Amino acid sequence: MTRDQVLQELTGRFSEAILALWDVSPKRVYVDIDPAALVGVSTLLFRELGARFCTASGVDTRSAVEILYHYILEPINLMVSVRVSLDRKAPLVDSLTGLFAAADFIEREIHELLGVNFRGHETPRRLLLPEQWPDDVQPLRRDYAEWDPNAVRDRGVR
Amino acid sequence: MKKATIALGPYHPLQEEPEFFTLTVDGEQVVDIDLKMGYNHRGIEKLSESRTFDQGVYLVERICGICSTSHPYAYTRAVEDIIPVEVPERAKYIRTIIAEGERIHSHLLWLGLAGHFLGYDTVYMWVWKLREEILDVMEILSGNRNNYGMFRPGGVRRDIRAEDIPVVLAKLESILPTVNMLKAAVLDDPVLHARLKGVGVLTREAAIDFGALGPTSRASGVDHDLRRDCPYGAYDRVDWKVITRENGDVFDKLVVRVLELFESATIMKTCLENLPAGEIDAGLTTIPAGEGIGHIEAPRGETFHYVRSDGTNRPVRHKVRAPTFMNLPTFRATVRGAYVADTTIILAAIDPCYCCTERMAVRDPSGRRLMGGPDLVRLSRAKTERLRKEMGLP
Repeated sequence: MTRDQVLQELTGRFSEAILALWDVSPKRVYVDIDPAALVGVSTLLFRELGARFCTASGVDTRSAVEILYHYILEPINLMVSVRVSLDRKAPLVDSLTGLFAAADFIEREIHELLGVNFRGHETPRRLLLPEQWPDDVQPLRRDYAEWDPNAVRDRGVR
Repeated sequence: MKKATIALGPYHPLQEEPEFFTLTVDGEQVVDIDLKMGYNHRGIEKLSESRTFDQGVYLVERICGICSTSHPYAYTRAVEDIIPVEVPERAKYIRTIIAEGERIHSHLLWLGLAGHFLGYDTVYMWVWKLREEILDVMEILSGNRNNYGMFRPGGVRRDIRAEDIPVVLAKLESILPTVNMLKAAVLDDPVLHARLKGVGVLTREAAIDFGALGPTSRASGVDHDLRRDCPYGAYDRVDWKVITRENGDVFDKLVVRVLELFESATIMKTCLENLPAGEIDAGLTTIPAGEGIGHIEAPRGETFHYVRSDGTNRPVRHKVRAPTFMNLPTFRATVRGAYVADTTIILAAIDPCYCCTERMAVRDPSGRRLMGGPDLVRLSRAKTERLRKEMGLP
């Protein structure tokens, strides 16, 4: 399948869900989609087009929490990054763990570092942060502030 | 029968992936495995937001002590992807040489430890002696045995001197006969066959489902390698081949790594012999606003970096994903149903932090300690010994 066919398939099937498509280089495409279509788009990429799920990366842009799901189509050297923008106050998106096991760890990581809830994730446990870390403090949020008066990790940086 | 829990871990801070496994065993068979990480979570992604693009290279170089070049390589490619910019030809060759040298010493390190776990201490000694030669090569080329400090966005920091090339080529040439001998010894050893074949099988479907990477997936018949599929550096200028195997067991993972050593040596030699003249740095001054992705084939699989810039001199978001992040969860597929004596080598087969396996402890349900890490290594080695006796071998 060629690069053009992949993009046609994507834009043809999800014409309403795709908010913007950034064809930045021969190797990179960024697609902004409606979060409701995430599972559909991911199923197309993973199941039908045989893409590999590289990872997801979340970012707090101050106006929204964005998650980028990076899929690579290795035979044609194309990275498709699917972007969803979520409400910063209560970010919620469908989990992809039902589609592939590779989503398990990264969703747990984004959950604790950015506070995104994944609908349908079976074991949303802590992955990296220690047990005593409060649930409502997310270290990668822009408004993160030191919560532990005895912490030494931010010594001298106040 | 009463089920017991075995704790494996928690960690040793040598690699970036310290881990803590809880094995539930029924007699000698593992029925379930759970995994905890984060013991050495250093907040590198957050730290990187306060470092300039040049400083970030030094920061990410210190994520891993073994594959210390893969993170700077992926990071610089991510930054270059924002602009985008083409790196000078000579810099591409130098980057490839450094990355392949690292792959050779990383695979040798794994091979030695695998031998040690299985009770083949001769393999362990031989291989680590060979690894010293490669570390010497890296010292000649970069000035450092590890953490080479060679990368910067737009090129490399140091050139390779013409007078060093014959010395390096001779050193590379000198280790190949011994690697060849080891290859023959490993592939023909009946005990290793009995010990590793059919153990810890990762099927092709499971490898795809878990998004497994590098030798871990290539041993399961997933034919992918970024060096060939998404060419970067000088890999598309060199004749080499991707090694794959079909069975997905520990033996095939070992075979893939051993055969990759020869491919890496070929790539390194060809690049050194054909090193083009010219600049080594594109001289980047400003990084515009935008986002970029850099990914390279590290010894353990794809290392992935995502960088977003707002036009200042430091990133607003930097995501790092090491290959073991994807390879670790495959234990859920490979360890279930295995014997306790095989867990050390199955857990080592994806090439994670070995040190954790030295800290294993077997406990009964009341928490009483039955076995420690050294006991489990002894168990693993005893099994090899038993097989050897049963086969009537010396």
